Amino acid sequence: MFQVMIALQLCLIFGTYNIGHQHFIAMGQYGGFLEGFHLKFFHGLIKILPIFLVVHAVGLGIEILFAAKKGHAVEEGFLVSGPLITLIMPPDIPLWILAVAVAFAVIIGKEAFGGTGMNIWNVALLARVFIFFAYPTTISGDNVWVSGFEQVAAGVTTEYGWAHSLFNILFGWMGLDTFASGGAVVDGFTGATPLALAYQGGWEAVTSVYSTSQMWWGTIPGSIGETSKPLIILGALFLMFRGIASWRIIVGAVLGTFVMGMIMNAWGATPFMTVPWYYHAWIGSMLFAIAFMATDPVTATATNRGKWIYGILIGVIGLIIRILNPAYPEGWMLAILFLNTFSALIDHYVYEGNMKKRLRRA
Amino acid sequence: VTTYLLIGLGLAIVAFAVLSMSDNLLQVEAHKMGSDSSKNNFSVFPKLSEIFGASKPAFVGQSAMHNLRQGHDIKLVGKAEPIIHTDIRAKTFAVKPTNFRGLSPIPRMLVSVGDEVKAGQPLFEDKKDNRVKYVSPVSGEVVEIRRGQKRAITDVIILADKEVKHIDFEVPDISQSSREDIVSFLLQSGTWTMLNQRPYDILPDPEIIPANIFISTFDSSPLAPDYSLIAEGKETSIQKAIDVLSKLTSGKVHIGLNASSDAPSKAFTSLTGAELNWFRGSHPAGNVGVQIHHTAPIGGTEKVWTLSVPTLISIGDLFLTGKYNAERLIALTGSEFESPSYVKTYQGANIGDIVNGNLKGGNTRIIAGNVLTGQKTSTENFLNVNDAHITAIPEGDSYELFGWMFPVIPRPSVSKTYPNFLFRNHEFEPTTNTHGERRAFVMTGQYEKLLPMDIHLQQLMKAILANDYERMEGLGINELTEEDVAICEFACTSKMPLQKILRQGLDMMREQG
Repeated sequence: MFQVMIALQLCLIFGTYNIGHQHFIAMGQYGGFLEGFHLKFFHGLIKILPIFLVVHAVGLGIEILFAAKKGHAVEEGFLVSGPLITLIMPPDIPLWILAVAVAFAVIIGKEAFGGTGMNIWNVALLARVFIFFAYPTTISGDNVWVSGFEQVAAGVTTEYGWAHSLFNILFGWMGLDTFASGGAVVDGFTGATPLALAYQGGWEAVTSVYSTSQMWWGTIPGSIGETSKPLIILGALFLMFRGIASWRIIVGAVLGTFVMGMIMNAWGATPFMTVPWYYHAWIGSMLFAIAFMATDPVTATATNRGKWIYGILIGVIGLIIRILNPAYPEGWMLAILFLNTFSALIDHYVYEGNMKKRLRRA
Repeated sequence: VTTYLLIGLGLAIVAFAVLSMSDNLLQVEAHKMGSDSSKNNFSVFPKLSEIFGASKPAFVGQSAMHNLRQGHDIKLVGKAEPIIHTDIRAKTFAVKPTNFRGLSPIPRMLVSVGDEVKAGQPLFEDKKDNRVKYVSPVSGEVVEIRRGQKRAITDVIILADKEVKHIDFEVPDISQSSREDIVSFLLQSGTWTMLNQRPYDILPDPEIIPANIFISTFDSSPLAPDYSLIAEGKETSIQKAIDVLSKLTSGKVHIGLNASSDAPSKAFTSLTGAELNWFRGSHPAGNVGVQIHHTAPIGGTEKVWTLSVPTLISIGDLFLTGKYNAERLIALTGSEFESPSYVKTYQGANIGDIVNGNLKGGNTRIIAGNVLTGQKTSTENFLNVNDAHITAIPEGDSYELFGWMFPVIPRPSVSKTYPNFLFRNHEFEPTTNTHGERRAFVMTGQYEKLLPMDIHLQQLMKAILANDYERMEGLGINELTEEDVAICEFACTSKMPLQKILRQGLDMMREQG
């Protein structure tokens, strides 16, 4: 558990900074990545801290309540789910919706099945899928991935709250730039994620707005933790090397995605299908979902053979949802929850095979 | 030119495909016919492992060798030096009815307190089958019959004579006598109670002919005694025992040998009338259960016998001299011994008599057996019938504050989350602390990395907890005993008591018949 938290730190720090970065990019200010460093970082912090605190207060609160009721020690499971939930949310998620979603995920998704280690579905994804179906406008579309605006359209201005004013006092005292209310979204900025662009116009539409290196390093709008590919890969390698995350699942899922991407390329009926298969790792949350969500040992398959099947199917189904379904902007959340449901079945057949082999010996 | 090259390449690929397919078919056929029993490479192509793997040690020769990739060696401080203290220090000895699984808690006593007994004289017998005699390891006076809960007899204690007097048995000539004669001789002499029948690890049923007999000549568990040292000078006894055993089974006598260290003793490698199988790998490669799985797995309702090296010596001595020989070399191991070494004694010796004067003092846990499977014991207690060593390590009853955040004190671990894998030969000084609390099964694939058998252990454990007999059998419970899963229990993140759960399952299966 502790190892997963270490692996997530880089994504967490980068995600915090990227919230601020996207916010100022929308207003056409501080275009360079490190320009206005303190403003970007503290804007990100002001956005992410409440999310982090609400997730943990609600989640751990419920865990402690159930632990007290059942008379066992508080188990560590939520210390991993907490940062993960934070990282897969849009920066402006309303906190009460978040609280309801976390409560749903922990009570219905985990405690109802008996607590840590007994859940069928990934707790973090369950929280996200709850918001996705109950309050879709807060977690999809072009308006939610850049923080601080009612709506991301040219001319919409931003208002800062008391937290920003507090920092303004500090920054003013230190002689640095301060947050100025009334900044407006510049012409031509859409807030659309690469996925939305790819759906409309294929890879050309994506690269007309974002460069490949931008997408690779992660300075694009998206869920808080999903954007920076090298940091996710570092975290995934760390977990694989330490033996915490199953390399079979990760390799299988990446393989499944790429093979399905090639099939889609060959088909090529819609603009999204023509996106080169290797660029699917550049956009959306594919790598984050595979590295940190699919590898959850509780909800994944338990057998080695099952892990291959599970990983490959996540890749295949995730990409099918991403490309073919116009209603869902991203496929991994649903693909992983779907395979979570079937992981026991996959294992069942692996065990049956083992039992048959043993009976034949007699 | 390119076209010809391409045609040539195509032809080469076709030729290779035809060759490898016929080669595969030949292998399948050989496997079906049983000519491939040695598990040697039957193909014309070398196996990948033969090219890239470490080469076979020279002493293995042409015999079959099994490379076991799973497992983990726990290296601890306090391996016994090859020094043998031959003076018998123990004064009292005990036979424990609780050591024999399936024996009723209150057996029929044949002696009472104050009786004089000889080595090999029956002390008690099974009420269900009075052919099985449980005999005294030494001569002397019965001084106490200790009782435990519900009046169950826990120890029959004998104060030993200075010079051990043996009953002289009349030895049957094994070349002429029938299987029944040999069995009844083993029963009468008490040596039968040293045998072990699998599945379930119970005393063998005299009516059942074992499908095979397995002997592991090395113990890979932490700080295990060196059987090559114990077998020194006992070559004739061991060969005699193999001759006897090969008359008792319908199959073969299989000897498991260690290929991952120096060449084992000639007493094992030059045996005739037995099948030699070499095993290379970490613990539990030395476990007889693992070796059975790779040589001749137990199928259906088959029963097999498993024997230890000291038992082999006892059987050989019985047939050579006609005396019941319960002599044992016990290894004193662990960081809390002043001088870890071997002591000569008899089965069931008093632990205090053996260890006193050699302990460092302080808060010490004395374990009968190894740190993975052994039993917590004390100086007032006696050795169990199959114990080959005593381990002493510090008690770990101090709590490590925030130990989960700062793993600073070196300790053995299989996990790569510790830097241990960088220091493969470091010897650790662990305490008895398990560093964790019980959790649900969370991590998967951990057990499979440590158990070199085709068994889904986690699912098997769940089947046991769910009382699902069909799955327990199907998933291979009959191939396991506690010692095989001990290393998995050590590694388990969720601190599941695997050995206890497994025994619970084995007992359920045994009661079902």
